[in-house]
Amino acid sequence: MGNRYTGKTFIGEIFAILLGLVFLVPFYYLISNSLKPFAEILTNTSALPKTFMLDNYVNAFEKLNYLKVFTNSIIITAISNVVLVVFCSMAAYMLVRTKKKISNVIFMTFVAAMIIPFQSIMIPLIKTAGNFGLLNSIWGLVIMYLGFGSGMTIFLYHGFIKGIPVELEEAAIIDGCTRFGVFWRIVFPLLKPITVTIVILNSLWIWNDYLLPSLVLQDPELKTIPLATFSFFGQYTKQWDLALAGLVLGIIPLLIFFFSMQKHIIKGITSGSIK
Amino acid sequence: MELWEVQSVNNQSELESSALPGKASIKISESASLNKKKKLKDAGLFTLFVGPVFLAFTIIVLIPFFTGIYYAFTDWNGITGDIKWVGLDNFKYLFTEDKQFQDSFILTTKYTVVAIVLTNVIGFGLAILVTQMLKTRNILRTVFFMPNMVGGLLLGFIWQFIFVKGFASLGQLTHIPFFELPWLGDANTAFWGIVIVSVWQGAGYIMIIYIAALQNVPQELIEAAKIDGANRWQILRHITMPLVAPAVTVCLFLTTASSFKIFDANLSLTGGGPFKSTEMLALNIYTEAFVNNRYGIGEAKALIFFIVVAAITILQVTISKKREVES
Repeated sequence: MGNRYTGKTFIGEIFAILLGLVFLVPFYYLISNSLKPFAEILTNTSALPKTFMLDNYVNAFEKLNYLKVFTNSIIITAISNVVLVVFCSMAAYMLVRTKKKISNVIFMTFVAAMIIPFQSIMIPLIKTAGNFGLLNSIWGLVIMYLGFGSGMTIFLYHGFIKGIPVELEEAAIIDGCTRFGVFWRIVFPLLKPITVTIVILNSLWIWNDYLLPSLVLQDPELKTIPLATFSFFGQYTKQWDLALAGLVLGIIPLLIFFFSMQKHIIKGITSGSIK
Repeated sequence: MELWEVQSVNNQSELESSALPGKASIKISESASLNKKKKLKDAGLFTLFVGPVFLAFTIIVLIPFFTGIYYAFTDWNGITGDIKWVGLDNFKYLFTEDKQFQDSFILTTKYTVVAIVLTNVIGFGLAILVTQMLKTRNILRTVFFMPNMVGGLLLGFIWQFIFVKGFASLGQLTHIPFFELPWLGDANTAFWGIVIVSVWQGAGYIMIIYIAALQNVPQELIEAAKIDGANRWQILRHITMPLVAPAVTVCLFLTTASSFKIFDANLSLTGGGPFKSTEMLALNIYTEAFVNNRYGIGEAKALIFFIVVAAITILQVTISKKREVES
């Protein structure tokens, strides 16, 4: 609020920095202990590691089957994002441009369904998904993410497309462009800002999701990072050296994503939350 | 078929004939068949654009939602195909006999209230702090927001270590009673453990929204108040707070919904323990269905869960709409 750097501001700064350090303490404990041998974790939990040891990481990397689960997470998140962006942007576009009652009814159904919490439909979902052969496959999971993510994604695209003037498209149609061509060549490129927001919000959700994949993917070969971390932690309870290194491996991709996309993430969250 | 008519038709003759479909088909047969073809094409396009996602949505959300309501009134156990209609028996059981469900419900409500207050107060405080002229404000924003990137499941595990080993070690070093508490080993402190983790995770998220709101407060107003001799607290109370009120509504409901639905951190931090004393509603539903294999009862709980969440959301929408009209 003040424009000058006063003594009061300085005290505020010191306080803020101390608070920031408190926020970082869990990360300090996590990382410093992941570098210690087991005995040292037990005796010197709060101290910095005496030697810089990466054995835990090598061990956890192998036992977690990290390369495999990391690839699974990437594949599932990437394909789900592509599918969500492609089908939801197309649907939202058609729902905005078709001024008919049915468009409104369909749009309202998508929006209304956003309030259904996952836990209240997960039980019958597993049965329905079984009937449609969607269990235990990455494609099945992707279709589920399309279903669950469609509400918010269509909602955000819908609001954005409403603000795009229709004249551009009309000109293209006169020039002989098909509706399909109009959408992909003219409209879709204009959606870039909202697409970035949508991809960020959906990526964070899908990457971190535990419950849905835990119900759908039984095959150990298909495990994602949260699933692998969960069973790893269960298997090595109290074997903190392995468990902590595994956790660090689990959060590294997220932190890299965060630091490289920070601006977009913050913008995405601000615009995504004020729906 | 008229339903599928697309607005951006710009061929004038087609527009006219589609406005009077009956007349057109009698008078000019050629144009009528063209018109019919066009409508068919539009219907096809509509289906092509909207169909795929609507199909997925129907299979994944709509069918399970409606069959779920039906299962809530049955004795389905998930294994045998033999499903019997039991009327309101499941609900009667939940309200009269299922002590665990009632405890979970009360606990979740209590947790939600505590988490809403703490997350918002701390989130707002952080936002005020990092919108001052601090030299470190950008890096501090990053620090406060960072826990939000990591999903609840991994955060719960990280904090399990902090509570079990980290706090114990700090207790030995400093002898501060706070660190010497049993934390995850006791029902009461384990509850506060979950609160700490979720506030630590959620405050940064809420902070981001409050920052956006605070930056929209016109500086002139604050300057004017300063000239009139208002102190910091008066400015905060009488100028800043009323202007960020819409953001407060958004944040209150965001935290309400997410707190009431807590699952991941609950599962990984305490697993509902010790002795199911920290089992929140979502975890209780999960256990009923997938551990006890009582799908019918689980679905009855899920239905109650849905009704509560839906009521909160509808309340939110009504209040924000009302505010929009007023302002």
